[in-house]
Amino acid sequence: MEILHIKRVYKTYAEHKALHNVSIHIEKQRIFGLLGPNGAGKTTLIRIINQITGPDQGEIFFEGEKLAPKHISQIGYLPEERGLYKKMKVGEQALYLAQLKGMSKNEAKTKLNQWFDKFEITTWWDKKVEELSKGMAQKVQFITTVLHEPKLLILDEPFSGFDPINTNLIKKEILELRDKGSTIIFSTHNMESVEEICDDIALINKSKKILDGKVADIKNEYKTNIYEIVFKGNLISFTNALWTGFELLESKKQDDRIIAKVKGLRMDSSVNALIGAVLNDITIVSINEHIPTMNEIFIQKVNEVMPDDLPEEIN
Amino acid sequence: MNKIALIIQREYLTRVKKTSFILMTLFGPILMAGLMLIPIWLGLKDKDIQIIEVIDDTRQFINQFEGTNTIQFYYEFKSIDDAKKSFYKDKYTSILHISNTDKNTTAYLYYKKQPGLSTVSKIESTIEKGIKNIELEKQFNISRKQLDEIQPKVTVKSVSIDEAGLEESKNVGVSTFLGFGGAILIYTFIFMYGIQIMRGVIEEKTSRIVEIIISSVKPFQLMMGKIIGIALVGLTQFSLWIILSMGIYSVGMGVLASSNMNQLDFSKEAITNGMSSESENEISENKIEQQINEMFSQIPITKIVIAFLFYFLGGYLLYGAFLAAIGSAVDSEADTQQFMMPITIPLIFSFIMASSVMENPDGPLAFWLSIIPLTSPIIMMVRIPFGVETWELLLSMALLVLGFLGATWMAAKIYRTGILMYGKKITYKELLKWLFYKG
Repeated sequence: MEILHIKRVYKTYAEHKALHNVSIHIEKQRIFGLLGPNGAGKTTLIRIINQITGPDQGEIFFEGEKLAPKHISQIGYLPEERGLYKKMKVGEQALYLAQLKGMSKNEAKTKLNQWFDKFEITTWWDKKVEELSKGMAQKVQFITTVLHEPKLLILDEPFSGFDPINTNLIKKEILELRDKGSTIIFSTHNMESVEEICDDIALINKSKKILDGKVADIKNEYKTNIYEIVFKGNLISFTNALWTGFELLESKKQDDRIIAKVKGLRMDSSVNALIGAVLNDITIVSINEHIPTMNEIFIQKVNEVMPDDLPEEIN
Repeated sequence: MNKIALIIQREYLTRVKKTSFILMTLFGPILMAGLMLIPIWLGLKDKDIQIIEVIDDTRQFINQFEGTNTIQFYYEFKSIDDAKKSFYKDKYTSILHISNTDKNTTAYLYYKKQPGLSTVSKIESTIEKGIKNIELEKQFNISRKQLDEIQPKVTVKSVSIDEAGLEESKNVGVSTFLGFGGAILIYTFIFMYGIQIMRGVIEEKTSRIVEIIISSVKPFQLMMGKIIGIALVGLTQFSLWIILSMGIYSVGMGVLASSNMNQLDFSKEAITNGMSSESENEISENKIEQQINEMFSQIPITKIVIAFLFYFLGGYLLYGAFLAAIGSAVDSEADTQQFMMPITIPLIFSFIMASSVMENPDGPLAFWLSIIPLTSPIIMMVRIPFGVETWELLLSMALLVLGFLGATWMAAKIYRTGILMYGKKITYKELLKWLFYKG
């Protein structure tokens, strides 16, 4: 079932085009990656979903209903630029933010105690935010984002500034939240950081969506059909064994073994077919298919769709 | 709970719980009461009694000098040289020497401690009167007793008549005092708490919490919550100040009064002198009291209090909206300078104009400044004690309401865009553009 449907959205700031005809479907209980370089329009799109700003054109549907202020309490948002009131106490502040999301004071208090127990930070309740370290503040921010158990959780560059321990903690929590029924939107320019946990993605470049779909499908579609094989034996007999099915791209000798890159020539090439072809002539040490990273797919796609618009950062 | 109420609650509680607020609230009245009491106390200290030895070579001024609380005259029949010789042995603070009764005579006052101007002028007028009496008796055979009998005592009371024929007497002194006092309070309130709004907005922006909050509430709700919350802080502080100041003032007055009964008279004198020039020492105590009551009964107190609260809040809301917009457009308080100018100018201008308005409270300058929303909170407060036509007051109030609604609308537009804008030097042109951005 669909939780969010963004339908042909346009947004322009003065001279700057932020979003141009962007349409995205997001299924329930999935982790959705909104990927693209800085300035592509991700944050603008997120602000539109959060109703901080409105689109110039286009519509957004939340669970099939037109997006309206009443949906605010069902969305949790961790912005890229995030902070807390420095002079306020942690507990007081978390209560305040929860109440702004529409929770009652008692409900918020119970839930907060649960989360504080879980993260082992119960002693922080009466501390002022300015006394916390950055990593500690990040935990508090994450709790305030998910406290009201939103159906849709939007995290904008969630791991920028997080230390590895917090990153893992948050990743674990996010997977747990998804399994409990939440949908998560991840927005980031650092594509490698999320591809392992995303189910679906959309790529945005220069205000336009250039690609979207299931991560597995995209990877399949963009697979290069290139394999890397390490073996012991004779390179000539290996090359002969490849025969009509594969083509040797490059090889290099390392001690007593050879590392070779081969490209499959048939549509149905696979690791199995490669093994079958060479099994009798050499001793295989390791073999694997080269899977393109999101970054590589992004560059390839931008080159296809708008060759002049490749952002420098990615090049 | 309503979201805007939550915001108001937070803005209010975080400020009221601050140590600086509590300290200011407690020490403010001590400071204010001190400012009121110290001049009185100093006045009491300074008021040493003048005991004057009168050496009159002409023998014409026997019993002509009437003493008061502060000046006592002793007529001595000795020569000036003898008086001077024994001066430092005697109780007298100064010697008055009159050598003749010529029309343009010069009398000498020898002193240990410089007498005040009022003492000198009192002596001058007594001698003048004495010489006049002598001449009247000499030339026209009119005795002093006859003269006293026909001495008139005249008071002028100004009474205004409005179109309906309703008569009202006014006291310019009290009106000036009340008008100026109200103007100062409004001016201070707008500045003190307006700046707090701006600081609050900048704090939210620089701490980057603002985006989290506006994903839960509308930017307008956040802005209005802050403005209203701080207004309540201001009202709380002012009411506490007034209550505490009154308390401290009355206790202080009690202490001063019980230490010396004369001092009470003096303080009354000080009050009446400060407010009106017509009160002089001859007026009896009862009459002073009566006069004070009369003065206040002539002033439309209820009207002033209601108008004060209205212009207090109206002016604050108007300027508060502008200051919130400024806060949203900048990254730090240091950047506010260029935008503060056009906001402070009308405030300071109206403050400077207040005295001209008091000179002519019904003139065209007074009228226009009290109608235009940017200056009306201060100028109308100055005018009201002098009496303002109802239609003028209503027009001014209506325009102020329109003014702050308009200002809030503009501020909300700038605020909405500004709070999410970082690291950009904002110009007036930019602000103008933000006004026309679509939601």
